[in-house]
Amino acid sequence: MPKYTLSVNDKTMAVEADADTPLLWILRDHLNLVGTKFGCGIAQCGACTVHMNGNAVRSCMIPVSAAATNKIVTIEGLNATGDHPLQQAWEELDVSQCGYCQAGQLMAAAALLKRKPNPSDEEIDAMMTNICRCGTHVRIRKAIHLAAQKLA
Amino acid sequence: MLLSFSLFNQRVEAKSPDNSVFAPNVYIKINTDGTIVLQAPNPEIGQGVKTSLPIIIAEELCVDWKKVQVELAPLNSKFGGQMAGGSGSVRGRFAELRTIGATAREMLVTAAAQTWSVPQQECTAEDGLVVHKASGKKLSYGELASKAATLEVPSNPKLKDPKDFKFIGTRIKDVDTHKIITGEPLYGIDTRREGMLFAMVARPPAYGKILGSVDDAATLKVNGVKKVIKLKNSVAVLATSTWAAKKGRDALVIQWNTTEKLENTSEHFASFKEMLEKGASSPARNDGDVDAVKQNASKVLDVMYELPALSHGQMEPLNFFADVRNGKAELFGPTQVPDQLKGDVSKQLGIKPEDITVSVPRQGGGFGRKLMTDNGVEAALISAAAQSPVQVQWTREDDMQNDFYRPAEMYRYRAALSANELLSWHQSGVGIGRGIWGDSYVAGALKNYRAESQGFTSNTPTGWWRAPGACTMAFVAESFMDEVCTELKKDPVAFRLELFRKAKQEPVGRIMYDPDKYKSVVELVAEMCNWGTTPPGVYRGFATWFSFGSYAAQVVEVKMVNGKPKIMKVFCAVNCGRVINLSGAENQVQGAIVDGICHAMFPKITFVDGAVAETNFHTYKFLRMKDAPLDIEVKFVDSDEAPTGLGEPALPPVAAALANAIYAATGNRIRKMPFAEQLG
Repeated sequence: MPKYTLSVNDKTMAVEADADTPLLWILRDHLNLVGTKFGCGIAQCGACTVHMNGNAVRSCMIPVSAAATNKIVTIEGLNATGDHPLQQAWEELDVSQCGYCQAGQLMAAAALLKRKPNPSDEEIDAMMTNICRCGTHVRIRKAIHLAAQKLA
Repeated sequence: MLLSFSLFNQRVEAKSPDNSVFAPNVYIKINTDGTIVLQAPNPEIGQGVKTSLPIIIAEELCVDWKKVQVELAPLNSKFGGQMAGGSGSVRGRFAELRTIGATAREMLVTAAAQTWSVPQQECTAEDGLVVHKASGKKLSYGELASKAATLEVPSNPKLKDPKDFKFIGTRIKDVDTHKIITGEPLYGIDTRREGMLFAMVARPPAYGKILGSVDDAATLKVNGVKKVIKLKNSVAVLATSTWAAKKGRDALVIQWNTTEKLENTSEHFASFKEMLEKGASSPARNDGDVDAVKQNASKVLDVMYELPALSHGQMEPLNFFADVRNGKAELFGPTQVPDQLKGDVSKQLGIKPEDITVSVPRQGGGFGRKLMTDNGVEAALISAAAQSPVQVQWTREDDMQNDFYRPAEMYRYRAALSANELLSWHQSGVGIGRGIWGDSYVAGALKNYRAESQGFTSNTPTGWWRAPGACTMAFVAESFMDEVCTELKKDPVAFRLELFRKAKQEPVGRIMYDPDKYKSVVELVAEMCNWGTTPPGVYRGFATWFSFGSYAAQVVEVKMVNGKPKIMKVFCAVNCGRVINLSGAENQVQGAIVDGICHAMFPKITFVDGAVAETNFHTYKFLRMKDAPLDIEVKFVDSDEAPTGLGEPALPPVAAALANAIYAATGNRIRKMPFAEQLG
């Protein structure tokens, strides 16, 4: 099997896997970083969102062969102590219900705030396209606004 | 769905055998180092019971919540019925868990009183300490644990006066919040065990087909594939990773044989229509004479409503870990009914119940899907056949195409009206497997009322879907009520209040709801939104429903943008008795509203020649942030009564409230889900 060297959360990691293996399963099954979640496998739901070179991407449709040369950040690496302003806001507003989609939501929101430090509701609508089946949307929106205030 | 409920005293254990731990019952452990571990007995599927149930114990135990660690309890009959369903966890356990906490508190107080040789009634418990006010002496629960462990368990401990509650009714964050936002392993899908293989399963592609021949030559050539196991009606591929299992599964060449009729949704609805036109011979309820009163009517409304089948679509696709070897089974994974799973595995694999352990992780949603045990039983069968620990992972396609669907339904509603009065109400419903309940309002408020229910037989599987029955019927009944109000030129809020007044003062037949509680939420939501004063360009719809012991009334505000509703705000008033965790309760209500809007607007399941046409979220569409309400304001009616259900009751009315708002904005009456298809 081909070998790949990946940069994940500022660490260099070596894996041996078929070239078509999605980054999602490399993270979960090979590197034991299970915070990135499987939801649909077709880049529809966003539960598997990670950052690749600073952009939010859906890792279920990126083959390891395409991910290998890029800088990957997962939920485990969003912030070493778990107190990114978004994580603080998520905790303060008690956003989660089942919690399963929230890692992907946080990674999508972190990429949004990098591009738009103080996003409008319309910008949140446009950039936050992940599915939440529990319906935490109102709290997610409020948490993004709260994190933007913390960053200001 | 009723929860089994066993008396708490039967579950109180005798003295703890180990004096370094005070464990007066299976729910509570207080260690001598002061750590307090509480067990949350029911599965956590996003409804917040891993937080709210321990809050009830902690309240009576009088501890510092920050020092409490919470664990999800494994399956153990000492916890009584461990189920997540029917909005029953909190309402079923409130009284029991108060006593559980009070028992331990009383023993700690006794231990302190004996240590100090003072009367017990001079000692009080607070924040994890027992205090003797007169002398100023204090001992922590940790210091008292060893002594408390030697005491007899009191049979009738004194409960707190609710006016002294410190946690109940306040906002407390989900106990797993930090783990969720930092991506720690929490869910069944995150299970990793020594020697575990990953499995995927090829299941029949249509209802009505069964397994024929299997060619696994290509599968066995896939890197990482270890085994192929033929089950009764499916084929499992075991491999060293999820992806290898999937590639191996997809490489199977299987002949599926048709043994039953391959059904179509279009034929289901054609049959439903015929059945509704024919009518049911024996009604579920019949008050007065709905046909005779038509003679006096100036108008008769007669309309049909239609709702599609739905998948559950919980975000965590089904999975399960099983290790079945040497006559013993260890099961770990998402289920709403661990006890049922144990029984089913025992029966199907011939393993004694005492040789089966079941533990349940936090779950990525439930919505009723995991009231079925197929995922757990299947994993056990595969592990037993492979003689290996195994995690079976379903893809989204597997999950969506092998569900137990909310059944498609069709309704015919008729009402006879005079110039300014509703004379009769005649509702008739048909659905796959089951029909409709006859006792919801307006039953009891009208002299002439008839409800008919017919079941349609199909080989497409159906199951429980959040707020079963209520989630569909409330849409139809409360939309039709709006049609009646429009015809009669009555205010929708005032008209409902008038019906509840009639149900209370001049009840007709049995009344299966409390008109005063209905009134409490209708009046509160009207006050919240200042009903009667709509902001410019905004249109409102109103609806209310009673389910799972609780009452919800909602006002949806929309603006129409390019022919589509933009939901500006939803107001919701709820009467669910005493609220345990205000943050969690509000989250459930907001979530149920978004869930109800999502499923009113977008998805549907369609059977074509026995197969499910929708395979994943590109065709089975869910609401996104842009479609969600900008704001949802929730208020709870102040109540000293015991808690009633909350995981479901806020969902049923919202589809009607939305449809009624769209009607107010456009004059377009939507009688069919999904609404998006009706809006062009």
